[in-house]
Amino acid sequence: MTSHPALVVCEYCDSVWRRSALADDEIARCGCCGAVLYRASRLDLDQLLALTLAAAIVFAIANVSPVIRIAVSGLHNEANLLQSVAALSHGSGFIVGLVAAATLFVVPLLQIVLLGWVLLFARAHRRAPGFAFAMRWLQRIRPWSMTEVFLLGVLVAIVKLSAMLSVIAGPGTYATVVLTGLITLIAKRDIRTLWDKLPAGEAVEFAE
Amino acid sequence: MTAAPRATELGLVGCHTCGLTCAIGQTRCPRCASHLHPRKPDSLARSWALLIAALVLYVPSNMLPVMYTSMLGRGEASTILHGVVEFWKAGSWDIALLIFIASVAVPSTKFLVLGMLLVSARRKSPWARPQRARLYRLVELIGYWSMLDVVVVALVCALVQFHLLGTAEPRAGIVFFGLVVVLTMFAAMSFDPRLIWDADDDA
Ligand SMILES: [Zn+2]
Ligand SMILES: [Zn+2]
Repeated sequence: MTSHPALVVCEYCDSVWRRSALADDEIARCGCCGAVLYRASRLDLDQLLALTLAAAIVFAIANVSPVIRIAVSGLHNEANLLQSVAALSHGSGFIVGLVAAATLFVVPLLQIVLLGWVLLFARAHRRAPGFAFAMRWLQRIRPWSMTEVFLLGVLVAIVKLSAMLSVIAGPGTYATVVLTGLITLIAKRDIRTLWDKLPAGEAVEFAE
Repeated sequence: MTAAPRATELGLVGCHTCGLTCAIGQTRCPRCASHLHPRKPDSLARSWALLIAALVLYVPSNMLPVMYTSMLGRGEASTILHGVVEFWKAGSWDIALLIFIASVAVPSTKFLVLGMLLVSARRKSPWARPQRARLYRLVELIGYWSMLDVVVVALVCALVQFHLLGTAEPRAGIVFFGLVVVLTMFAAMSFDPRLIWDADDDA
């Protein structure tokens, strides 16, 4: 036996437990360290795909429309997410600009694209081309997605600037609010179950 | 309470990518082809190196200004703490507290908690294991909120561009601060929380 699908190993403390069926929205926790082992969601694949497509649309809006508009003595200015990242990259800020671009733009974009790709095929009970690659990267980039931090930063910037200028939240801010909500909902679904649900192809691809 | 057997005792290893329980001895997971590690390689050494690098950069990130703003010809470079004090003076104590938590309390907590976890894991100490496990998950959970100040500086610098009337530019402090956040996140990821539970005899 090279694998034991009926067992689950806690990632945080290495305890071994027997898997059991969960009711909707139940979470199985490790009895030793309290970490989440796996969870069940009431969302089915169609609903998850719908949420992912909605997230894609809202993500596009959040990135092209201004998040904040300011005005002072007849002059006004506005900025969206990408313009803010560019302003940070000015001169020596290049490195931190890259970090911001990755965590606020590239990673959320990859999450939406990879998840959408996998789910599109999962509806037809198939593994998408590059399924293992997509699943591995979804797992790997998850800690680096910082949309909710951006939202909090927008709120702080609004308060900071309103001390000296007139400030209005733009459509980009409202789109980011919706996007944060959608991402939170999507993250509740443990997509690792797709490994069990979808039949494997001929061979497991070896890629790093 | 800890009635469950541990994977290494049973000759098992859990796959980090797909969660499959695999027999030890295979280099790759039979289901998803990810590398299998009973413990993360060089966990303590890597985590220490990243944590110390972050600690070194934390000094300039607090000493150097993060942003330069000029309003009607009066220019001023401000550090992170300076920003907190300004919010406090302006009466926005809630925002001051928020920035203080994200930029000062969270990084400091990460340094202290990770340092403590690294020392106690090296000693294979049985002390307060469930609490240490919870602290590790807390560090994982709160780590990325420190990026808050980077976002605020980016937005303010993009918006305040009125030539003579007022401009804002990022300064070196924010670069160091961004790097501190990234390095502490990598340090936390490099630490293998399973080491908390490893006892002396099964080393
Ligand atoms: Zn556990
Ligand atoms: Zn696997």
